[in-house]
Amino acid sequence: MFLIKANFTMKNENKVQYIFGIADNALILGQRLSELCGHGPNLETDIAMTNMALDLLGQTRSYYQYAAQLTEGEKTEDDIAFLRTERQYKNVLLVEQPNRHFGYVITRQFFYDVFHLLFLRELENSTDSTLAAIAKKGIKEVSYHQRFSSDWMKRLGDGTKESHEKVQEAVDDLWRFTDELFHMTADDTLAVEHHIGIDVKTLKDRYYQIVSEILEEATLKVPETKWFQKGGKQGIHSEHMGYLLSDLQYMQRTYPNMKW
Amino acid sequence: MSEKEIKNLEEIFDQRIARDEKIEPKDWMPEKYRKTHIRQISQHAHSEIVGMLPEGNWISRAPSMRRKVALLAKVQDEAGHGLYLYSACETLGISRDELYDQLHTGKAKYSSIFNYPTITWADIGAIGWLVDGAAIINQVPLCSTSYGPYARAMVRVCKEESFHQRQGYEIMMTLAKGTPEQKAMAQDALDRWWWPALMMLGPTDAESVHTEQSMKWKLKRKTNDELRQQFIDQTVPQADLIGLTIPDANLKWNEETNHYDFGEIDWDEFWQVVKGHGPCNKERLSARVNAWEEGKWVRDAAMAYAKKEEDKKLKKAI
Repeated sequence: MFLIKANFTMKNENKVQYIFGIADNALILGQRLSELCGHGPNLETDIAMTNMALDLLGQTRSYYQYAAQLTEGEKTEDDIAFLRTERQYKNVLLVEQPNRHFGYVITRQFFYDVFHLLFLRELENSTDSTLAAIAKKGIKEVSYHQRFSSDWMKRLGDGTKESHEKVQEAVDDLWRFTDELFHMTADDTLAVEHHIGIDVKTLKDRYYQIVSEILEEATLKVPETKWFQKGGKQGIHSEHMGYLLSDLQYMQRTYPNMKW
Repeated sequence: MSEKEIKNLEEIFDQRIARDEKIEPKDWMPEKYRKTHIRQISQHAHSEIVGMLPEGNWISRAPSMRRKVALLAKVQDEAGHGLYLYSACETLGISRDELYDQLHTGKAKYSSIFNYPTITWADIGAIGWLVDGAAIINQVPLCSTSYGPYARAMVRVCKEESFHQRQGYEIMMTLAKGTPEQKAMAQDALDRWWWPALMMLGPTDAESVHTEQSMKWKLKRKTNDELRQQFIDQTVPQADLIGLTIPDANLKWNEETNHYDFGEIDWDEFWQVVKGHGPCNKERLSARVNAWEEGKWVRDAAMAYAKKEEDKKLKKAI
């Protein structure tokens, strides 16, 4: 009886990896958004984007604290956030893309929000009650994010000629990073088998349907390319990631083993 | 309006102020009162949003997740303060675009303290503790100032600032009881921020051009020198408590006056920074101007879209 049960329990180390696959997206996107704090196009937008950064970093903390618990005292929330090597971060390539201009910021956000909301709505049903609770809280926040980014897609797409061109440029450029959202890793598959995680492949059709509808409403073209990039989920990141991590990890690397 | 009529109105106005009544946007007010308030409130609003920059400088490098989230929330609070102070200022008949223009062209001032660089994490603690500490001393009396919208905005600002001040002090305390490296980092930050924080309370009373009129309008309740003394008296024991040393060899408790005596402030440095030649004046201003200019196409898009939506609604209604 005990043995059978053991087979059906996901090992902590795999669960931790599964959590990284979710939470690292929130950390890295939160980090990117917080780079903009104080530099927004107007105060209201600045405040709204900082709100989203705060939500994402708050979610990150909940996930990492849970992951730290699963390491049984071996790691803390901050070890996880700041002291991994680049190859150990499992976020998708999309979220690490730089803030080239506001059109990029909004498009990156929009592409991620649509996925994020679909994902959390499934994760809410996880048999892992901690993950389900984090998802439940996150749904409220991410619904707002999606509304914010969709509204801005429409404003920029259907605003002026200049804004239309700029946001279309971002859509065309960032589109290649969307497919990776639906790739399954070995830890994802294990998590699905244990009714803890989500089969992200099943979200794909709905995702592109929603994204296309909004792009259309924003008078933007849905890119036709079939060439996509991947690697983040395996820890193979873009060249931007190292710089982001240098910033993120600076204090912990320069002054190791201290309390802040 | 005849001169006599204006004189009458001014008398009634002065009596209202004397009775501690609030002046509201639609009330008659002397032109000088309006102008002085635009100057002070906008200067305050600008300080909030320029103040986001030195602290924002450390969000991406904060040393722990807890500190990162707290700092991000703090800087966001400053944006919020900016927002309601601009709104209060707009009730005096000036637009936000005009106010920004005054900031961007250097016509309007903001607090000089934000022209100093934040070069270590401890600077974030020092700013919270000293800069927000000095700001509170400056601002608490404004909660009962005569202009209603400003007074109401200040009530909220002060609540949040006192939270920020405690947060900053707590960062310093953590560093001071940390490793020798951390303690040195805290001391170094105190050494660099102490004197600029004292300057933040404004020139000496002898040099202050606005004090007299501002006292009359309750835009100011205490003079700069009184506020500075209050700040020093309050802060020195806080430094002692966490084992940091105030960088002033002449600092000494005076039994007779019941205050601390302190050393000479370098007013040349103060005026250099005020006149635009501090270490980061150029960086701060160009960061604000860049954000504004680079955001133009975004704001234009939002306006154009809103107009299209409005037109659609109108068409439907017809």
